[in-house]
Amino acid sequence: MSILEVRDLTVTFPGGIQAVRGVSYDVAQGEVLGIVGESGSGKSVTSLAIMGLLPQNAVVSGSVKLHGQELLGMEEGELTRVRGKAISMIFQDPLSAFTPVYTIGDQIAEAVRVHQKVGKDKAAKRAVELLDLVGIPHPDVRAKAFPHEFSGGMRQRAMIAMAIANDPDLLICDEPTTALDVTIQAQVLEVLKTAQAETGAGIVMITHDLGVIAGMADRVLVMYAGRPVEQGVVDDIYYRPRMPYTMGLLASIPRVDGEQDTLVPIEGNPPSPAALPPGCPFAPRCPMHIDACDDEEPPLTQIGGGRHVACIRSREIEHKGMTGADVFPVPVIPPSDVARVPREERETVLELDSLVRHYPLMKGAVFKRRVGTVHAVDGITFDIAEGETLALVGESGCGKTTTLQQIMQLTPPQSGRVVVLGKDSSQLDKAARKALRGDLQIVFQDPMAALDPRMPVGDIIAEPLRAHGRKNVSQRVAELLTLVGLAPEHAERYPQQFSGGQRQRIGIARALALEPKLIVLDEPVSALDVSIQAGVINLLEELKNQLGLSYLFVAHDLAVVRHLADRVAVMYLGRIAEIGAVENVYDRPAHPYTQALLSAIPLPDPEMERSRKRILLEGDLPSPADPPSGCRFRTRCPKFARLSEADKQRCVNEEPSVARLARAKDHGAACHYAEEIEVITASENQEEQ
Amino acid sequence: MRSKVVLGRLLRNRQARYGGIALILLIALAYIGPYLGAYDWTDKDFLAFLSPPDADHWWGTTSIGQDMYAVTLRGMQKSIVIGLLVALFATGLAALVGAFAGYFGGWVDKVLMWGVDLLLVLPSFLIIAIISPRLRGASWLWFVVLLAAFAWMITSRVVRSMTLSLREREYVQAALYMGIPRWKIILRHIVPNLSSLLIIDATLNVSGAVIGEAALSFFGFGIQPPDVSLGTLIAEGARNATGYPWLFAFPAGLLVLLVLAINLIGDGLRDALDPGSNT
Ligand SMILES: Nc1ncnc2c1ncn2[C@@H]1O[C@H](COP(=O)(O)OP(=O)(O)OP(=O)(O)O)[C@@H](O)[C@H]1O
Ligand code: SF4
Ligand code: SF4
Ligand SMILES: [Mg+2]
Repeated sequence: MSILEVRDLTVTFPGGIQAVRGVSYDVAQGEVLGIVGESGSGKSVTSLAIMGLLPQNAVVSGSVKLHGQELLGMEEGELTRVRGKAISMIFQDPLSAFTPVYTIGDQIAEAVRVHQKVGKDKAAKRAVELLDLVGIPHPDVRAKAFPHEFSGGMRQRAMIAMAIANDPDLLICDEPTTALDVTIQAQVLEVLKTAQAETGAGIVMITHDLGVIAGMADRVLVMYAGRPVEQGVVDDIYYRPRMPYTMGLLASIPRVDGEQDTLVPIEGNPPSPAALPPGCPFAPRCPMHIDACDDEEPPLTQIGGGRHVACIRSREIEHKGMTGADVFPVPVIPPSDVARVPREERETVLELDSLVRHYPLMKGAVFKRRVGTVHAVDGITFDIAEGETLALVGESGCGKTTTLQQIMQLTPPQSGRVVVLGKDSSQLDKAARKALRGDLQIVFQDPMAALDPRMPVGDIIAEPLRAHGRKNVSQRVAELLTLVGLAPEHAERYPQQFSGGQRQRIGIARALALEPKLIVLDEPVSALDVSIQAGVINLLEELKNQLGLSYLFVAHDLAVVRHLADRVAVMYLGRIAEIGAVENVYDRPAHPYTQALLSAIPLPDPEMERSRKRILLEGDLPSPADPPSGCRFRTRCPKFARLSEADKQRCVNEEPSVARLARAKDHGAACHYAEEIEVITASENQEEQ
Repeated sequence: MRSKVVLGRLLRNRQARYGGIALILLIALAYIGPYLGAYDWTDKDFLAFLSPPDADHWWGTTSIGQDMYAVTLRGMQKSIVIGLLVALFATGLAALVGAFAGYFGGWVDKVLMWGVDLLLVLPSFLIIAIISPRLRGASWLWFVVLLAAFAWMITSRVVRSMTLSLREREYVQAALYMGIPRWKIILRHIVPNLSSLLIIDATLNVSGAVIGEAALSFFGFGIQPPDVSLGTLIAEGARNATGYPWLFAFPAGLLVLLVLAINLIGDGLRDALDPGSNT
């Protein structure tokens, strides 16, 4: 018996923006329905419509039944009773869900008391119980903390605690883990599973991460341009997709187990909800598009086995057993010439030697005094050879951005050395520094923030050229635009007129303008949708091979890193935990942190996800102002917990430095008890064997 | 590229076009108009005191027999120049001081903001009153400088605080990493991103300066009789506005038209500079 029945839900915003156009689904008791789709496909609006939380100006039609009771058009007072009691929602940004001036405990207790007749003390006790359930350490003390005193992961857990406070029948989670680091994401997903087991609720899980869905969902609904385009049980969707969009989506995600060679991007962009194409909304991007597709929008029809597909050629796809790689053209990326030369014989383009960057921690508004030191970067060493990509990975706050800034500033570091193309940054004069800037360029994470909104694209790309006194600027701009897959006419437009992926291409064109040798990429694809991301990753790879570039690539997405990088350095609290060739680090990680990190990444493969064994880390990243003595990872290290007291002493007293592992040529780990194991595909049964 | 694109957008913008045409017409009226009238602004017609508009004196005459048409246009010449120059100086100074203080921070910020605060606490009116008599006979440009000098401080504080947040933007960092000198970053990336604020400020400054000048003239500083400005004319005419409306209506009407034209151009310019608007 289904808890929630959504029928033909449509939402239209003023200005003819059809955000949701006919969504129907059911959620049964204890079932997890995953909703995936690109940004703007209407996932959030659908769930807000169900909750009755849309702004007044939205026109909603269709039917939403909870236990057979119609929610649409229900009176506000009654709806409030349902909301929070029978349905709860978990948002992406948990900070906005809490009021900053009340303690977390009070707010959860409040949520209990709104819907249940219990005393204050009892509600407070229940709040502590709930916080305990979601794995907050010392819940009785923590209940008295204010929202801003919680870390992101803890806030999200508190949010889950609040959501399940009244034993709801249905939980709607909108990107519950998108803002979190992978190790924290793994914890939170685990908590969600516990919460579900506890309450037996149905869950609607909205996310763009196909890995998370693979591990959580029983059934999946794929949305495109405000409509479901495919629906079915999770295995069918992942292993036997029957709609070109789903197929493309699955072919475009990089996988941390390195299963694919080249990513297959979906060309183009999703249509604007105010100007939809006449027929199939995916038609402009669909390689299987035929004339009949433009006649009318294909309805979501059943093709057996409880699956629904909205594509007129789905039967043909089914019949021929096609996959994403058959349908979408697989791009050919020319190989690199440099890669054939052994690494030792190549020039070193960047060298960091025990780089240190500490920030003073100040307190007081009027008279500032130093109360401590933030060890943002605390002695890291690595080098990058010509034509190589080194990825720097780690959770937020581990010092990746600080490292990049130190390199980009080209000023003498507090301690240690930065050598760019053989030139030591502490010995540069002004002219030499400026000259070196031509060889060292950066691409930023947020393609919107990195481009001056008031400058036409042509000027943006021309800026470095003019700064370095180049002639023939407009010709070069046209060349660069073509190189990154845009048209020369685009030079006169402003950044706003481009989509995220195109903006990132503009950022790349600007970085390439001076023909640099080394490009620093700060999370270049993390702000992009998967289908767009694949195109940018391919472009980066192609440019590197074609122009002989070297990349320093900062990312938190280990799957992207595996795809793009040759070597990888894992950072933890300002130090390198493990470094080495990608195959070595991914297939045989030796540092307990790397192992946890890799095992936390969800794979877009339901079967593997079900059998996978996770190494869950306890707690959060310690504050870099007060790192633990000895090994910085010891407060969360699962291995440390298993060591004998005598062995533990070594971790507590002695800080491990990166030591080369005996077996491999290019692989080192900073752990006293390093031991290579396989984690990505490690499953429960393997453990038993 | 940017100037070309912005100019193109400005020309395509309807508001800016109307505003521009209106401003050109007003300027033409101020400078060419006097040649069309029968009287010079210094002429006095002793046969017509305070006569209402008629075929001879198009806009009527004053209490001493001056032709209102000639006098008003003469006043407008002064006011246009003063208004535009003061706005340009004041807003430009506000933008530069605020942006430099905010971008460089440290002692540059301290010194500049100290200067701003000092000017803010000084009674501007008093200072102008003290300095004005000494400037008697000197160029009226000094008067512009004086008016501008006391009109920019608050805006520059706003500009500074906006710069503080702009400074952290990635595109500003990106420019720095490209090896672009800091003063150029300020002119190219910071100031254009403040343009909405600056344009509004400048349009307000135009009307502010015309009216401020009138207030000062009223107390005997600034433009002195026999010379006139729209400000002095309005101040004078306002006293008899009910009895002899033409003394007031024509200068005030022209001031309204002038401010309106400037506002239209300002709005258009803002739209042309703002890539988000679709013109
Ligand atoms: N209040 C609103 N007024 C007008 N349009 C809106 C409003 N809220 C959402 N939209 C539009 O509705 C469409 C669907 O938005 P929605 O937030 O549901 O996307 P989503 O699938 O959740 O995307 P994301 O992955 O970015 O969260 C978008 O085109 C959006 O611009
Ligand atoms: S209906 Fe046509 S355009 Fe749409 S997905 Fe199917 S084949 Fe492609
Ligand atoms: S040194 Fe000790 S605490 Fe650190 S990672 Fe190795 S086992 Fe864990
Ligand atoms: Mg959303």
